[in-house]
Amino acid sequence: MLSTANSYKRGVRDGIPVFFGYLAVSFSFGILARSLNIPSVAAIIMSAANFTSAGQFAAVGGIAAGVGYFELALTQLIINLRYCLMSSALSQKISDKAPFFHRFFMAFGNTDEVFAIAVSYEGELLPSYFYGIMTSALPGWVLGTALGVISGEVLPERVLSALGIALYAMFIAIIIPPAKKSKIVALIVAISMVASYLFSKLPVLKSISSGFKIIILTVIISAVAAALFPVETEKKNAN
Amino acid sequence: MQINPYICVAVMAAVTYLIRALPLLLLKSKIKNRFFKSFLYYVPFVTLSVMVFPSVLSSTGSFISALIGFAAAVVASLLKGSLPIVSLISVASVFLTELFIR
Repeated sequence: MLSTANSYKRGVRDGIPVFFGYLAVSFSFGILARSLNIPSVAAIIMSAANFTSAGQFAAVGGIAAGVGYFELALTQLIINLRYCLMSSALSQKISDKAPFFHRFFMAFGNTDEVFAIAVSYEGELLPSYFYGIMTSALPGWVLGTALGVISGEVLPERVLSALGIALYAMFIAIIIPPAKKSKIVALIVAISMVASYLFSKLPVLKSISSGFKIIILTVIISAVAAALFPVETEKKNAN
Repeated sequence: MQINPYICVAVMAAVTYLIRALPLLLLKSKIKNRFFKSFLYYVPFVTLSVMVFPSVLSSTGSFISALIGFAAAVVASLLKGSLPIVSLISVASVFLTELFIR
């Protein structure tokens, strides 16, 4: 097992693509917040305190439209409920040796992208590795927001467009190698993508919000997969 | 109703934090149940796949560049590219494609 310092460094390194991907996405967020007359400081604090993309995009629209606090909270709950599934999966990945208090801090950083990198780590997850990823990811998110809010023209459109695919490419780099090793995982990846595509095209289904779509498909497909292809219980002393 | 953007930020942050924190704090030990263990094992693959497709196709300035960037990422991943490399290849292929088509 890596030392704390080494696993932290490795986390920082693995988080670099997230830094750039976040820069592009939060830059767009900053521009949107500015166009909706959200105070610059509020938008930057929002990014630093929430650290979530879809929720923030929806929130600035809501705040500009003057929705109430309760409605705002409810929107966040619906859009961000998928994190509940991700945190559940993450909880099983954390090393038994890690002190419990780390979970309070790790919870803050469990975004889609940080989660994706953390769960794909081979072996048990050390909090130091997770903090390393956060160290790269969070500044990208806050800095991009600040740049977007302060000036809409720091990053050229072409660069922004190209960076738009960075986070997706990262997800692909995370799911393809295990899919190559296991036919079952490959099948599940394929079915998930087809189902997601159908949900975005078919009448009725396409009116479901993206947050709910993720939850519905994740619960159904993972449950069916778990019933049909249960994972072998790990041998004792595997590490 | 007059709302304060800073209170909004605090409300949102609290909701989002609780959603992320509760499962981590409640599921303290490793789950023994085979079904739930398997379920949580499959969750990341399904969630990430659903988030990638078809949204990836509208992630850049044009459908063509996104399609090429997507294909580049899949091929690079199959060839065992590491995570930063795959991301870089995909971004670069989108950038180059857009130089030609725009």
